[in-house]
Amino acid sequence: MGTEGAGPDWLAGSEGRGRVRRFCSGGGSDGEDMAFVPGQPVTAVVQRIEIHKLRQGDNLILGFSIGGGIDQDPTQNPFSEDKTDKGIYVTRVTEGGPAEVAGLQIGDKIMQVNGWDMTMVTHDQARKRLTKRNEEVVRLLVTRQSLQKAVQQSMRS
Amino acid sequence: MSAAMDTESTYSGYSHYSGHSKKAHRQGSRDRHKSPRSKDGSRSEKSVTIQTPPAEPLLGNDASRAEEGQDDNWGETTTAITGTSEHSISQEDIARISKDLEDSVGLDCKRYLGLTVAAVLGLLVFLTPIAFILLPQILWRDDLEPCGTVCEGLFISVAFKLLILLIGTWALFFRQPKADLPRVFVFRALLLVLIFLFVFSYWLFYGVRILDSKDTNYQGIVQYAVSLVDALLFIHYLAIVLLELRQLQPMFTVKVVRSTDGESRYYSLGHLSIQRAALVVLENYYRDFTVSNPALLTASKSRAAKHMAGLKVYNVDGPGNNASGQSRAMIAAAARRRDSSHNELYYEEADHERRVRKRRARLVVAVEEAFTHIKRLQAEEQQKAPGEMMDPREAAQAIFPSMARALQKYLRTTRQQQYHSMESILQHLSFCITNNMTPKAFLERYLNPGPTLQYDRDRWFSKQWTLVSEEAVTSGLQDGVVFVLKCLDFSLVVNVKKIPFIKLSEEFIDPKSHKFVLRLQSETSV
Repeated sequence: MGTEGAGPDWLAGSEGRGRVRRFCSGGGSDGEDMAFVPGQPVTAVVQRIEIHKLRQGDNLILGFSIGGGIDQDPTQNPFSEDKTDKGIYVTRVTEGGPAEVAGLQIGDKIMQVNGWDMTMVTHDQARKRLTKRNEEVVRLLVTRQSLQKAVQQSMRS
Repeated sequence: MSAAMDTESTYSGYSHYSGHSKKAHRQGSRDRHKSPRSKDGSRSEKSVTIQTPPAEPLLGNDASRAEEGQDDNWGETTTAITGTSEHSISQEDIARISKDLEDSVGLDCKRYLGLTVAAVLGLLVFLTPIAFILLPQILWRDDLEPCGTVCEGLFISVAFKLLILLIGTWALFFRQPKADLPRVFVFRALLLVLIFLFVFSYWLFYGVRILDSKDTNYQGIVQYAVSLVDALLFIHYLAIVLLELRQLQPMFTVKVVRSTDGESRYYSLGHLSIQRAALVVLENYYRDFTVSNPALLTASKSRAAKHMAGLKVYNVDGPGNNASGQSRAMIAAAARRRDSSHNELYYEEADHERRVRKRRARLVVAVEEAFTHIKRLQAEEQQKAPGEMMDPREAAQAIFPSMARALQKYLRTTRQQQYHSMESILQHLSFCITNNMTPKAFLERYLNPGPTLQYDRDRWFSKQWTLVSEEAVTSGLQDGVVFVLKCLDFSLVVNVKKIPFIKLSEEFIDPKSHKFVLRLQSETSV
């Protein structure tokens, strides 16, 4: 159950509806990178997190809660920087659960789950993608504000 | 017509209809068909009589007057007071009396003149159609063509139209005069002139074409008379529209501010002349404004006096007396002075408020207790104990002493004691007892100062109001007109504003367009 969530991995580009591109942080300001313009490709610094599900009785749980989705009201999301962002955010992480162990933090925006895009999905679809019964491991690409800063700092130094 | 009293208008609550009807009887019963149009300046224009005997304040023998002038402590001494009084007449009263005397003479002349003119004109106008019909019969009966059914039909219609005219005039113009205004009403004068010219021209035509030539076509003559009556009915309609209907629709909002204490009200008026607007304002003043209490104003005057009192001006530069420079220097010095009069005001007001509330509480309790002693006797019980029965007046006198002191203290604290004499309080108390009122209803009159109508008319109604205006008082109201109604103690400043033109547009909302969506933010744990 090694975790691999160390440091930003900016080689994580992939397809998907949100079109997360490979990113070379050239020094744009923090706010702009996570800004969400409909129809335009989204650029973000992401971290790869691998979570091994925990079996509890009949269920496999991941140990966090999600909020958001294209069918939800984005203005009520406390974690998003741009209040029109309808992506999936991590709203709670249970202590000692698999997600925390893997390095998931509260407020993270989930960009991909096992290769499936999560920037343009409904809340229910997101839940389904995360809770597939036949998958024991989910590999997420998440992004957060602090990643951008870390990248900039490491580039300078 | 108003030479003697250019800018004065007199107002009183009394009407002069009695004098007017005397005149009517004098002219015989026919006078009662007063006429299609006797609306002259003064008759229906509401003339006034000053009915108060001018000697009233001189004698001061009225027991209630005596009490107030002399002994304010009726709360403790509730026995009757002697007839002598130390009531002195102020300069105001003297001025008022002399003015009353001289006004009553001039007033009557003017009013009676107007009344006479209107009556004569009315009678003339009313009798004209009848004369038109009767004169040919009297003068050249034999030459007239026989005129059977058509004429008789026309006679009936003339009779009924005259009756309708009579009733209409009676309903509209036979009214008790309410007030006397400085200038004649323009519309009424115009209408009178119109009627006069109209009737005059009809008579002229009749005299020249019919009487002189002794026309034999009787049907034509009767139809001529009918046309006269029809035209008179139309003039009556015109009179209603001009005099009554036109001012009903509100066009102006009028703000009335009392100069002594700033109390203000707003009223809506239509197209009126300034003098009529002043009349409306005064009528509403007596009902809406609280009675003006000069005792409440002394505090601010003394404050202001104290503020300026400590400053003296010394002229250092020699004998040249520069008055305006001096006063400006005083004002500047007074403004810079650091005094704590605002502090005083604040604490004084808070204090006063507390005192009033305490006294009020005591009063309410005393009155409630007093009222519990009275019980209304039912019919059966009345036979059983005839010895103890009291009528309302006696009952009031019986319970009055227990609340008198508290009431008097309260009135003193709120400076209302001059408005209520012991007699008036007893009367009010017996009135309340008769009508089964609760203590709170009895006290309503004393706890808050009411409108002037509530108090004794003779003392507190101003008999004399003066209209001060830059524009002619017969001109209509315009936006921005300001006029002042002065009486002896205070004045009412009236400011006229036009009601703005409102553009109203419509917006149609389809009832089916009311659709809603649920906006959620759900959280799912995975």
